[in-house]
Amino acid sequence: MTAKVVTIASGKGGVGKTTSVANIAVALASRGQKVTCIDGDIGLRNLDVVLGLENRIVYDLVDVIEGRCRLRQAMIRDKRLPELYLIPAAQTRDKTAISPSDMVRLCDELGQEVDWIIIDSPAGIERGFKNAIAAADRVLVMTNAEVSAVRDADRVIGLLDAEEKGPAALVINRLDPALVKRGDMLSVDDVIDLLAVELIGIIPEDENVIVASNKGQPLALDGKSKAGLAFQNIARRLMGEQVPFMDLETHNLFQRLLGRKK
Amino acid sequence: MMNFLFRRKKSANSAKERLQLVLIHDRTDLTPAELDSLKDDLLATISHHIDIDPTAVTINVAYDGRSQRLVADIPLRSVGHKRGREPGRAVG
Repeated sequence: MTAKVVTIASGKGGVGKTTSVANIAVALASRGQKVTCIDGDIGLRNLDVVLGLENRIVYDLVDVIEGRCRLRQAMIRDKRLPELYLIPAAQTRDKTAISPSDMVRLCDELGQEVDWIIIDSPAGIERGFKNAIAAADRVLVMTNAEVSAVRDADRVIGLLDAEEKGPAALVINRLDPALVKRGDMLSVDDVIDLLAVELIGIIPEDENVIVASNKGQPLALDGKSKAGLAFQNIARRLMGEQVPFMDLETHNLFQRLLGRKK
Repeated sequence: MMNFLFRRKKSANSAKERLQLVLIHDRTDLTPAELDSLKDDLLATISHHIDIDPTAVTINVAYDGRSQRLVADIPLRSVGHKRGREPGRAVG
């Protein structure tokens, strides 16, 4: 078995990479896929808390690479799903602890055992980013419909082309259909127009995301919320299915009918 | 409705316009000042060979997908009708 390696990058921090990695991994695993996600943000470990696995860490990514444990020992199994694992980032080291070739070697070995490896890239375009994309077959670039995030996404897309890791696929996160309708948020078409890349997901703004991270229970586990459904759709698209994009307009109208006034 | 009454420019449009310019410069590593100086050099060089009207010249970076190109529109001054359809050829 040779895994597909998917890295999620963004350039700008805080656009939702970690949440997306957790949810896409959960969504793939809930479809019977064997998935390992890797927290590539060494020194700023976070994927463990978003997944609710923080209390089970013994070994981390750097331990595997430096040979202090076997690969299997660093793979924390998520008991909610049959085949979901996390390799956490080291918390007391920094990005220079590993190199791009270490990541390639690790993913080669890990790829024999799973269907998918999902890597959470740190923000920025330096070493941590280079490590995170080194083994990637596919890179999803995450952005918000907001000037600084779009600009940074463009930089990352350009770098991916230069490193021959392109073409990137774009995920637009935290889209607020009401703001778009009012003309106060870039629309999906605007962002695609600016960045000129393929779109693989649109995640609507959804307060359930915070509730989920508070509890350490990724949304995609139940898949009832709009955002959870959007992550499930990304997983299906990664698996090669043609899935139409959700009609966010309807949701907006529905909310209005419920009289969501302030 | 409110937008109509106040004729407020939608902020998403400003965002898009601003980003279009910023991205061109980010992608080409060419600042607006550098582009201006490039224009001046181009005009000077071309004027050496043929007669042009500098005020009618437009030189801009345009993009098509993710690739950029420098597009120059340089109307040439006609040197009379002697050369027929080849106004670009300046003759002695």
